[in-house]
Amino acid sequence: MRDMMPGPVAFAADEAVYVSKTLSKFLSAVDALPEAVLVDLGPAIGSNISFLGERFGCKIHVGDVYADLDRHTREGTFDRLLEFLARRFALRDGSVDAVLCWDIFDYLGSAAGGVLAAELTRLLRPGGQLLGFFGARASEEIRYTKYFIEDESHLRLRYGFYTGACRRRWALQSRDLDSLFHGLQLSDSILMTPRLREVLFRKRAAADQHPPLPAGPGSRIGRLGGC
Amino acid sequence: MRSNASSAGTMNEEWTHNGKGVVINEQRAGIGKSIVINGELSGGEDLTIEGTVEGKIELRDHVLTVGSNGRIKAEVAAKSFVVFGQVVGNLTATEKVDIKETGSVEGDITAPRLAIADGSHFRGSVEMPRVDKPREAQAAWNRDLSRDSSLNNDLVRV
Repeated sequence: MRDMMPGPVAFAADEAVYVSKTLSKFLSAVDALPEAVLVDLGPAIGSNISFLGERFGCKIHVGDVYADLDRHTREGTFDRLLEFLARRFALRDGSVDAVLCWDIFDYLGSAAGGVLAAELTRLLRPGGQLLGFFGARASEEIRYTKYFIEDESHLRLRYGFYTGACRRRWALQSRDLDSLFHGLQLSDSILMTPRLREVLFRKRAAADQHPPLPAGPGSRIGRLGGC
Repeated sequence: MRSNASSAGTMNEEWTHNGKGVVINEQRAGIGKSIVINGELSGGEDLTIEGTVEGKIELRDHVLTVGSNGRIKAEVAAKSFVVFGQVVGNLTATEKVDIKETGSVEGDITAPRLAIADGSHFRGSVEMPRVDKPREAQAAWNRDLSRDSSLNNDLVRV
């Protein structure tokens, strides 16, 4: 039986399998809908798309924001990333049921992260789910993680799949997440690995929408520079 | 012995030696890499594209292979797709879309099965008909695997 404590349950060179406690909740919500619409911000992974598409019959929009980030950084056009992200998804407001962010926010920094979070909040319908992974610390290391869905509760993490021009820029604390995703409600926050937290958000019903939190002294959103 | 005659223009032929001479098994339509087509393309046989096609392609009951030199900018409907080259446009398959390592697809895919190789490029959306129970999905997968392997064993047919 696989271990249910944080830590790898199996590993090979540069990859490991972890138990995810939020993935099954996320997938249950997707499964409850007859024709769910899902946005995946990661690269196109055939096995993930087959798993989600064949098992849950959802429509999947593959975004690969990692590739966008890499391209803008490599080409020296990072100042245009904010504008790009604001128009990245040509989807209607409230037309998306679920978003898989993986750990893209760790690489974006506050300005680009804020733009993308606002865009994803716009896309999600009330009650929609957003699953993200957040590192416990910033790092100069230049490599990304590729997340493979093994089954409803296990993820295989493979490290270093991009040559990667971008580094893990910041470690988001709970108050940062509250500020970043102010239109969403934190549903679960669980340590998946000693260095990685999985966080499940749910979009509040329209009546429960809160105004944006001010970027006060306790919050780093708005005072940290971009990428 | 089995080989493909190279395409001088628009046709590939698959042939075998039977000891007495060459026997042509079947003909496969092909569009050579110097060919550029703008417009509508439809047909009743499998097609391999190594050239450039812009417009609309319809091969409802057949397989479309986009070769490594192939460039397609079109709305495409076929039974199955195998993509080694580049496709910009929406793909609708009744069976399967298979994007190989060198393949690139930018557009929306509708297919009951999809394979995306590591190293390939895909950007767009995917819509797959729902299989209600995991066991059914597994059974279908197993059936396809056994059919694929029987095809591999049966490549040379006269």
